[in-house]
Amino acid sequence: MTAQPVGTPGEFHETVEVRGHIIDSLILPKILDCITSSGGSFRIVQVSIGQTRKDPSHASIEVSAASQEVLDSILATIADHGATSVATGNCRFVEADKDGAFPEGFYSTTNQRTEVRLDGQWTEVGEQEMDCGVAVDLAQGRAVCVPMSDVRAGQHFVVGHAGVRVHPQSRHLQARGFEFMNSQVSTEKPKGIATAQVALEMARCRRQREKVLVVAGPAVVHTGSGEHLCKLIRGGYVQHLFAGNALAAHDIEHALFGTSLGVKLESGDIVEAGHEHHLRAINRMRRLGGIREAVACGELTKGIMFECIQHDVDFLLAGSIRDDGPLPEVITDALEAQREMRKRIHGVSFCLMIATTLHSIAVGNLLPASVGVVCVDINPSTVIKLSDRGSFQTVGLVTDVEPFLRGLVADLSEVVA
Amino acid sequence: MTKQPHILMCPPTYYGVQYEINPWMSRARQPDQLLAMQQWETLHGILVGCGARISLQTPVPGLPDMVFTANAGMVYGRLVILSRFRFPQRQGEHAHNGSWFGEREFTVRDLPPSMYFEGAGDALFCGDTLYAGYRLRSEMQSHQRVAEIIACRALALELVDPYYYHLDTCFCPLAPGIAAYFPAAFDHYGQQVLQAGVETLIEVSAREARAFACNAVVVGKTVITNSGCPTFHRQLSDHGFEPMATPLSEFVKAGGSAKCLTLRLDGEEAAGWKADQDACTQDTASRKTGNAKRPSPERPLD
Repeated sequence: MTAQPVGTPGEFHETVEVRGHIIDSLILPKILDCITSSGGSFRIVQVSIGQTRKDPSHASIEVSAASQEVLDSILATIADHGATSVATGNCRFVEADKDGAFPEGFYSTTNQRTEVRLDGQWTEVGEQEMDCGVAVDLAQGRAVCVPMSDVRAGQHFVVGHAGVRVHPQSRHLQARGFEFMNSQVSTEKPKGIATAQVALEMARCRRQREKVLVVAGPAVVHTGSGEHLCKLIRGGYVQHLFAGNALAAHDIEHALFGTSLGVKLESGDIVEAGHEHHLRAINRMRRLGGIREAVACGELTKGIMFECIQHDVDFLLAGSIRDDGPLPEVITDALEAQREMRKRIHGVSFCLMIATTLHSIAVGNLLPASVGVVCVDINPSTVIKLSDRGSFQTVGLVTDVEPFLRGLVADLSEVVA
Repeated sequence: MTKQPHILMCPPTYYGVQYEINPWMSRARQPDQLLAMQQWETLHGILVGCGARISLQTPVPGLPDMVFTANAGMVYGRLVILSRFRFPQRQGEHAHNGSWFGEREFTVRDLPPSMYFEGAGDALFCGDTLYAGYRLRSEMQSHQRVAEIIACRALALELVDPYYYHLDTCFCPLAPGIAAYFPAAFDHYGQQVLQAGVETLIEVSAREARAFACNAVVVGKTVITNSGCPTFHRQLSDHGFEPMATPLSEFVKAGGSAKCLTLRLDGEEAAGWKADQDACTQDTASRKTGNAKRPSPERPLD
């Protein structure tokens, strides 16, 4: 029994939950009457009422009594009416009846560390990810997050909130020296200090052999800061790069033709027929069979993608509906791309998102809250969107990508020195 | 054209009172085997006479209560949720019930073994609502689970009198919006829930409730009960039903009667989803004959 004497001295408490058609069946008032007539008192912690006649309702009730004995007696009585202790009950699960969909009433995950109670044992949920279900394997005593599209009929999924506990993430990044960013979107903070903190974190990761994931958009190339990212890769500060077709296409365009979207990066001049360059770059990669093949045969000799291949940085290119080409390495099946990302984010402890809204949100959705995220974008709404979608651990830095990356490279040199 | 009523029964070949799991049962008061078989066959004949198709389950030695097929499971469209019996004496029935439904065109769903649920004995539709008896046999959690599985509104009713240990011994839906009940079998919350939820409630007297008036089989407008329920029969006639009595004294000795001896496989008359399905059948028929298209009713999920 986990009831603790908290609050009023001498009072014992336990939180129970009751679900179903508890309003129309008068089960909720019956339980509340049972509590008071047995000498206890209650506090309704939360009630959600079904919207239609078919929808179940749910209530969390804190039951209090003057002694453990009275509390136990009340809990035993109301258990017969369906009130189960949130702390002591096992999680409930239901078999999935079809592929690709959870059973009704499934527990929807957060990105925070979660445990479920199986056969009386609190069991850590593996591969923590938001917006998933929790599949349990009683025989193995295991629980793991599974996205909706990967549900297979016959798997057992946790339903309801009983027997589930979530451990709110401590402000991970603050503990690592990000205290200055006490507002999540840092629009009016000195960028130099922020950049220095990111440098310290990346240096720490490299020192402790922890993995850093960079999620980058094509603006990295358009703004002429591709070389800064190349320096980070060469320096061993990046282990994974997630991007779309565009970053790689423009990076290769720049390597082959010196332009990005037809603009000469060294001079800012618009090159005649330059708008064709990225298509010609993609076409050449497709003719050669891919970026790796282009590096192998000496066709591609510089740029972000070249450095990734030279320095064994794992890269993943996820496609979108507007892509030209795309490049042969681009994964065009969105669900397949998600699955690949899931595989590759294991062990990542820091993620730097630079100048991409959609890829940042996509990766943010997959990362557990324990992974520190810094999102750099010229547009504050990118960071706000990330936080609104649950990646609350994200620290935002609103700035142009080029000065940020230039400062980061310089700071890293200083840190190392 | 309404579908032919389809009922599951199990001959009382091995029926007897071999244990005591409700106040009706006494090993000292055994049923007369021959008379029991006769009473069962008469009920069977009445149901066939009402136009019902009867499927038979093979009786198993050592499982005397298999004769009470109402407790095999709860049928919802082509889905059956198997019973999980509270008493070990009946738990052996589970495997046979699973095989029977599994070998036919049913999707079989099982609840965890520790989640007691006694099928159509405790879960009865009246209109779109599933009324679910709990505490004496089925437990509240099982009804919550069943409601989740079939996505319907389920109202739990606490049963407070051990003589009325299953909901179908004290509550009998007759058609959507009309049911019979014995109030004293429920606590005051349950009585309020029924009074608020069912438009027309026929109150059965204590005397006739004891004669298992509420444990009636409904086929169309015909309502078949154990004999000894004359007042209830008058009430049924007043409401446009056609009551029939047949002696079932030997089954009362084990705490069952007409309804307990049957499981409606195509849905009880009072079930809202059955009315929808019948409407759907009619709709298909009318489309085949070129009649005007009617709106398609909601179909069961499974």
